[in-house]
Amino acid sequence: MSVNYFPAEFEVLRNTDKCIKCRACERQCANEVHFYDADFDKMLTHDDQCVDCQRCVTICPTGALKIHKNPNEFRQNYNYTQQIMTENYRQAGTGAVLLSSMGNPLPYPVYWDKILINASQVTNPSIDPLREPMETKVFLGKKPNKMSFNEDGSVNTKLDPHLELSVPIMFSAMSYGSISKNAHESLARAATELGTYYNTGEGGLHKDFYQYGPNTIVQVASGRFGVFKDYLETGAAIEIKMGQGAKPGIGGHLPGAKIREDVSKTRMIPMGTDAISPAPHHDIYSIEDLRQLIYSLKEATEYKKPIIVKIAAVHNVAAIASGIARSGADIIAIDGFRGGTGAAPTRIRDNVGIPIELALASVDQRLRDEGIRNNVSVVVAGSIRSASDAVKAIALGADAIYIATPALLAMGCHLCRSCHGGKCNWGIATQRPDLVKRLNPDVAYKRLVNLVHAWDHEIKEMMGGMGINSIEALRGNRLMLRGIGLTDRELKILGIAHAGE
Amino acid sequence: MLEKEGQVRIPSGCAISGFISRDGNMISGEDAVKSISYMHDRSNGLGGGFAGYGIYPEYKDLYALHVFYDTNASREQTERFLDRHFDVVNLSRIPTRKHPNITNEPLIWRYFVTPLPTKMASSQLPEKEFVAKCVIRINNDINGAYVFSSGKNMGVFKAVGFPEDVGEFYRLEEYEGYAWTVHGRYPTNTPGWWGGAHPFSLLDYTIVHNGEISSYDANRRFIEMFGYKCTLLTDTEVITYIIDYLNRRQNLSLEDVASIIAAPFWSEIDRMEPEKAEKLRYFRNVFSSLLITGPFSIILGYNGGLMALNDRLKLRSMVVAEKGDMFYISSEECAIRAICPDAENIRSPRGGEPVIVTLSEEGKRKCL
Repeated sequence: MSVNYFPAEFEVLRNTDKCIKCRACERQCANEVHFYDADFDKMLTHDDQCVDCQRCVTICPTGALKIHKNPNEFRQNYNYTQQIMTENYRQAGTGAVLLSSMGNPLPYPVYWDKILINASQVTNPSIDPLREPMETKVFLGKKPNKMSFNEDGSVNTKLDPHLELSVPIMFSAMSYGSISKNAHESLARAATELGTYYNTGEGGLHKDFYQYGPNTIVQVASGRFGVFKDYLETGAAIEIKMGQGAKPGIGGHLPGAKIREDVSKTRMIPMGTDAISPAPHHDIYSIEDLRQLIYSLKEATEYKKPIIVKIAAVHNVAAIASGIARSGADIIAIDGFRGGTGAAPTRIRDNVGIPIELALASVDQRLRDEGIRNNVSVVVAGSIRSASDAVKAIALGADAIYIATPALLAMGCHLCRSCHGGKCNWGIATQRPDLVKRLNPDVAYKRLVNLVHAWDHEIKEMMGGMGINSIEALRGNRLMLRGIGLTDRELKILGIAHAGE
Repeated sequence: MLEKEGQVRIPSGCAISGFISRDGNMISGEDAVKSISYMHDRSNGLGGGFAGYGIYPEYKDLYALHVFYDTNASREQTERFLDRHFDVVNLSRIPTRKHPNITNEPLIWRYFVTPLPTKMASSQLPEKEFVAKCVIRINNDINGAYVFSSGKNMGVFKAVGFPEDVGEFYRLEEYEGYAWTVHGRYPTNTPGWWGGAHPFSLLDYTIVHNGEISSYDANRRFIEMFGYKCTLLTDTEVITYIIDYLNRRQNLSLEDVASIIAAPFWSEIDRMEPEKAEKLRYFRNVFSSLLITGPFSIILGYNGGLMALNDRLKLRSMVVAEKGDMFYISSEECAIRAICPDAENIRSPRGGEPVIVTLSEEGKRKCL
């Protein structure tokens, strides 16, 4: 065996006084960290295989386990950090691109944490959501700029197709393949019960889930996996995925190991082959091509479904969004650089794109400056972690938000960021039947519903504090926000004043 | 240094009052002064103002522009602009009397104008749009000039001070109109700029408003997409623009306008007749950014009528009453009783319920 050059990242600590050698940890760990040595009657570990997913810690009946970061340190170096050194060792060993999962973990500024929310005092009463109606229903879609009237003088109420959300929160795209069937079922059932939408991602739609079509957004990505007539007609809306916040500018890669029978059928590709979506759509090399795809999809579905165009937040996102708003899209989804992924090259995930807060602020302002904000609704994704992030996003100008990581957390994910390994011990990001069955959709869907209800309550509390009793009066209401510890330039981009002003 | 209105947003509480003679009988501005004086404690001396309708019958087909000037230079610049865009039929200072409580007055001028046909043709705008654009341009672009009234056969009079003092300052007893609205302001802070007093007006729309809307910036950022520029950062300004946009530019009735800005709750809409529910659902979707939340009570004045409206939770007091052809609206009943002791049918309209009172056929014949 060759030398690894770097130590295990984590170390399993077992309290032998507590351990009863039931071997539950061994059975639960798909990474085969734990094993029993019969000769010494002892539980031992392969620390180097541990990803710190916390499954064993959670499951251990006696609380005997802890995982901590391996305290072993390379000689301290602020430039060549231990992580950078380790990555170079790893690449020297494999000759390969580094892969990562979930959102960018690096310490970039989180603007949500530098924005504060207002509340009413004296001149304007706050509103108690337990006593007064408090509304969070949202419509997404194109609004007409000019009223039209019927012959009898009444208002013509015909509209372009819209999505109606009872809460301004949707589940963001996660493909069947990258996540398990049980995870998909949980999302679909939760979206249905909540009166909102979940998103198929680019992996097609399993035939068992067509029943949730009215609450499903079907995605058309560059690989066109699983895209056919029934699929398009089943969804409530169609999302063209141009980019993803975690990996702007590149396509997707689902390893052949995850393409088992059902995934292969749903994606319409042979079993065991890698599912590779190209970096660009090969029929979209420019904005006018996007317009053609938008109208092709509208034609195919008889103009009955809104078309969403999802883009990654990149440097000139405002100009791109403006182009999309003029291209027939009904909704623009913008995904920030901290957004999650089932697998992305580490260098791209950690270095490409811009924060969603800044992207949202500049897109919303640009569309207003050009007088075309009514052409589209704006949905934002890419690390909206809590109800207060959601309130800030809506006050900056978003019509609704997409969440994915919080939804995974609700189902048990501990953000070990190893989805690309396919051995998710929580049964979420895996296709291994023995692991998938650990995720019980009856439980998981309820937890998703709880999560969104809880956020909705918190959003209403914060709105009430501001004296706002309907979410539309919060949208774009930047006067309700103040920056803290931000430069003039950052404040200008966010379009908000500093705290104390 | 204190920032001027428009550089900073100033919350205020207020008193409002208004009345209309449906048959178009002429009523002295003195009544409006008397009415508001009974609500003295709802103002704090930092703003008061009046709007009178039917007050310029001799010039009723001309736009009456009332303008504040900081300096003669800004007046000359504005007058050059007016000469380029309008036929100025008459111009004069607005008559005032010295009043111990009203100080620091700007130059206050009045112009009766009609748009130059050639200018209007080349702008490709309808007449009202042309006038509105010119007013917005003067207010934005000419330093020290502020047009605070721009409708036909109506006028706004406002100043920093208690409203009853403002009324005396402008000699309102010399004016007669079929409808009046009046406002006493209680701002939390203000450097006392006259333009910041209310009513706010655009063309013949005037708004007096008591409240502080929590939806302000959502409303402002939406309405500014359509060529309006909120320079004062006041609620009244943005509400006026919203009403102008919906009523004049989108041709929606005032009832529809009310059901957009003080929209019924979804729970109420779900219980309505399907046809009505469909229309309201459409409005709440299409004009979602024009929903006004937070407390407000407003009186909208326009040529031919008044509309009173409360926010949908009714977070501000407002009562209405009648007597013969007269209709009264006020923050408090005392202000109605002050000028009509035996007023009848006194009631408090529900939150979001518009009360629209228009001239009768006879009134229209006399006044419009």
